[in-house]
Amino acid sequence: MKQKLVVIGNGMAGMRTVEEILKRDANAYDITVFGAEPRENYNRIMLSPVLSGEKTFEEIIINSREWYADNHITLHVGDAVTAIDADAKTVTSEKGQSVNYDKLLIATGSDPFIIPVPGADLEGVVTFRDLDDVNRMLEAAKSAQESGGGSAVVIGGGLLGLEAAMGLKANGMEVSVVHLMDTLMERQLDDAAGYLLASELENRGLKVLTGANTQSILGDANVSGVQLEFGTMLKADLVVMAVGIKPSITLAKESGVEVGRGVMVNDQMQTSNPDIYAVGECVEHRGATYGLVAPLYEMSKILAAHLTGDEGVAYEGSVTSTKLKVTGVDVFSAGDFSGGAGTEDIVFRDAARGVYKRVVLRDNKIEGAVLYGDATDCAWYFQMMKDGTDVADIRDTIVFGQAFAGGAQADPLAAVAALGVDAEICGCNGVSKGDIVSAITEQGLTSLDEVKAVTKASASCGGCSGLVEQLLAVTLGDAYQAQTVKPMCGCTTHSHDDVRRLIVAKEMKSMPEVMQQLEWSTPDGCVSCRPALNYYLLCAWPTQYADDNQSRLINERVHANIQKDGTFSVVPRMWGGMTSAAELRAIADVVDKFEIPAVKVTGGQRLDLFGIEKKDLPAVWADLNAAGMVSGHAYGKPLRTVKTCAGNQWCRFGTQDAIDMGIQLEKMAWGSWTPHKFKMAVSGCPRNCAEATIKDFGVIAVDSGFELSVGGNGGIEVRVTDYLCTVQSEAEVLEYAGAYMQIYREEARYLERTAPWVERVGLDHIKAHVVEDEGNRKALHERFLASQDALQEDPWAERAKGEKDAHEFTPLKIVA
Amino acid sequence: MWMEIGTINDIPKLGARVVQSASGDIAVFRTADDEIFAMFDSCPHKGGALSQGIVHGKAVACPLHNWNIDLVSGGVQGPDNGCARTVAITVSEGVIRMQMPEVKSTGTNG
Repeated sequence: MKQKLVVIGNGMAGMRTVEEILKRDANAYDITVFGAEPRENYNRIMLSPVLSGEKTFEEIIINSREWYADNHITLHVGDAVTAIDADAKTVTSEKGQSVNYDKLLIATGSDPFIIPVPGADLEGVVTFRDLDDVNRMLEAAKSAQESGGGSAVVIGGGLLGLEAAMGLKANGMEVSVVHLMDTLMERQLDDAAGYLLASELENRGLKVLTGANTQSILGDANVSGVQLEFGTMLKADLVVMAVGIKPSITLAKESGVEVGRGVMVNDQMQTSNPDIYAVGECVEHRGATYGLVAPLYEMSKILAAHLTGDEGVAYEGSVTSTKLKVTGVDVFSAGDFSGGAGTEDIVFRDAARGVYKRVVLRDNKIEGAVLYGDATDCAWYFQMMKDGTDVADIRDTIVFGQAFAGGAQADPLAAVAALGVDAEICGCNGVSKGDIVSAITEQGLTSLDEVKAVTKASASCGGCSGLVEQLLAVTLGDAYQAQTVKPMCGCTTHSHDDVRRLIVAKEMKSMPEVMQQLEWSTPDGCVSCRPALNYYLLCAWPTQYADDNQSRLINERVHANIQKDGTFSVVPRMWGGMTSAAELRAIADVVDKFEIPAVKVTGGQRLDLFGIEKKDLPAVWADLNAAGMVSGHAYGKPLRTVKTCAGNQWCRFGTQDAIDMGIQLEKMAWGSWTPHKFKMAVSGCPRNCAEATIKDFGVIAVDSGFELSVGGNGGIEVRVTDYLCTVQSEAEVLEYAGAYMQIYREEARYLERTAPWVERVGLDHIKAHVVEDEGNRKALHERFLASQDALQEDPWAERAKGEKDAHEFTPLKIVA
Repeated sequence: MWMEIGTINDIPKLGARVVQSASGDIAVFRTADDEIFAMFDSCPHKGGALSQGIVHGKAVACPLHNWNIDLVSGGVQGPDNGCARTVAITVSEGVIRMQMPEVKSTGTNG
């Protein structure tokens, strides 16, 4: 008499176990299978191509009904098991069947997680779990199509959500993906790969909203839209909820077997009841649950061996990898790529091909990998990771892939030498290796610039300049002297000037984009490049770039100056150095109220309040704001002050109204960010009491107008300004000052004061663009004003109201 | 003693928050990959508040003089020497727990 095996669940894990049992011993069991779905067993992970129309359901069936019959398996489809009686060893189904078992296998899989928001139960809200869900989506797409379009919102930007979104897009719907986290597929991808994926999906017409929290689903009977936190409303004829899965454990729990997050099993997939086994997504094994197919198959194999008499087998958990199944988007990740103590990152980026690869090593073994754009070598990395292969010997080239690392060309120069003459080096201009090599040899070229000029290789985006230099080195041998361009920092080979130029030329508008396109060697930059990139992006795209607070140094991040004891100092703005009794009274009140230990007059004609606790900053600002004062930007790299003398309002020598001129300049320029701090001064006569000749921009009034001078500095290296020109009117002073600030903003390197910048580019360059070319001057001034229009605001006000960065000013926790 | 101190989302990516404890301020950092690290909020150089620095990779740059401190070991990277005192952290389902250091009678810097 054969033992009776009953399988609850006609899915991938349960049936793979049955297949494995049959393979080992076809006569071991009398098998009965219950499936809740009314159909044969199919490959669930291929539902995405069914949705997108790339496959039919018939193509993804794993076992036909004939197969069950041929193998003498009793199959009950569309009949879910509703109860297990572990004492009597029977199961009872929805349709009332009762079947005995000797061994029971629970393979109930998982249920989609439904976020409990209002409207989640509306008609038109679906999950993405089985063929019925796919059919519902296809119907919705079809009826939307007939009524001329239709919109779908997919909640969840993980693997399943994105596959659903692309599938619906392929069916002609307008699709938005709403994802709670900042990065798509954040559990499988790092920020860089997540950014690439989001831009690729947007190129394909998806709308991607990250950091977006669904507040409610709108509609009467049928769904009509999705309401996000902070007011965004998305129209929707269909809502797909793909926020995750949870092991389906109700049945197991009711039968009395031990459950945690999943059905608890030992290494033989045995539950707390020795005759009841569990396999697949419903189990919890050594604290882990799995939602991917490979581990399920590994479990099935072990269980089948155990059930057919192999005592020694044990499932020890799985190393998992993920691949996104969207045609033409290559994404792969495996293992742990978050690092930890003693790990190192190897990063490769090829901007032209849109490739990003990151391999994380620990003790010369692969611990994790993320591949985007080129996942050809995913199997190779995954195998080495699972095997724990020591990769010390191929460490330097591992990131280039198997063909490269495994082959003879372990040295990049040898790899370039090995390329065929037809190999394309410059994708922008279609220049081959042969073109470049013959230009070098026939025309005697010796530098990158010459190759650029003659062949156009690397003349556009510059992405291939490294390859061209390697070709020069290979072709010329020792005769080649590489150009010494000082890179911005250790994260890149590009100089500050190149990065600035490329941000504008390639219209790069976010930091991950710059790091990818320009092939940064670190995942998220360093303390040198991040503030610089943040400034360059803000300067290039004042209305579009989202300022990255985490890339600003502390003073700019919290709009105060950190002091050596960790307290801060606060300087309210005093326009042109002017103040009033009301302002002074308010400042005095703030000093009393917050017991501020020191008040000092600064060199920029205002008051500095020292020793303020960080947590008190918003309250201090609120009081100063209430008295009409705004941030003095006495921190960071913006316009600082405009110092003035008394001018002709009071002084017997004054020739012009220096105070008013200074106030006008300060009102125009305050709140602007510059490569380094920027100071101005206006003196009312050549006695120059405002010390305008050691400022970044100095104005000295004379009888006939205003003398303008630039590039002064009173710091470590004192430098007197260079005379720029003399103008007649206050309006001209404003125009020249704005134009000069803008050309400095656009051309100087981050952390380069005007003094060294003027010396580097030469006064003639500045005169040519600001003085002699009126059209250019006006254009610069307009760009300055446009940037001010977008960005000039009091950073204290929104923080004082608690509307921004509240986390900066409160501790995470106070433990007494 | 292990204590729940908050969730991952309470800390900005590439940022830090402070836990005030009887033994001194403890900085809790979050990397781009959502790893969480903690150490006493004091640079081994001149005691700068590390929580106020820029987080990059698995390091933080002290806001006072730009010393780079390794978040994993607390050690100073590069040419300088020293070590900040790290504090054990676990993260489970987004909830951060910290092993509260014992109060020491001397100093706050461990």
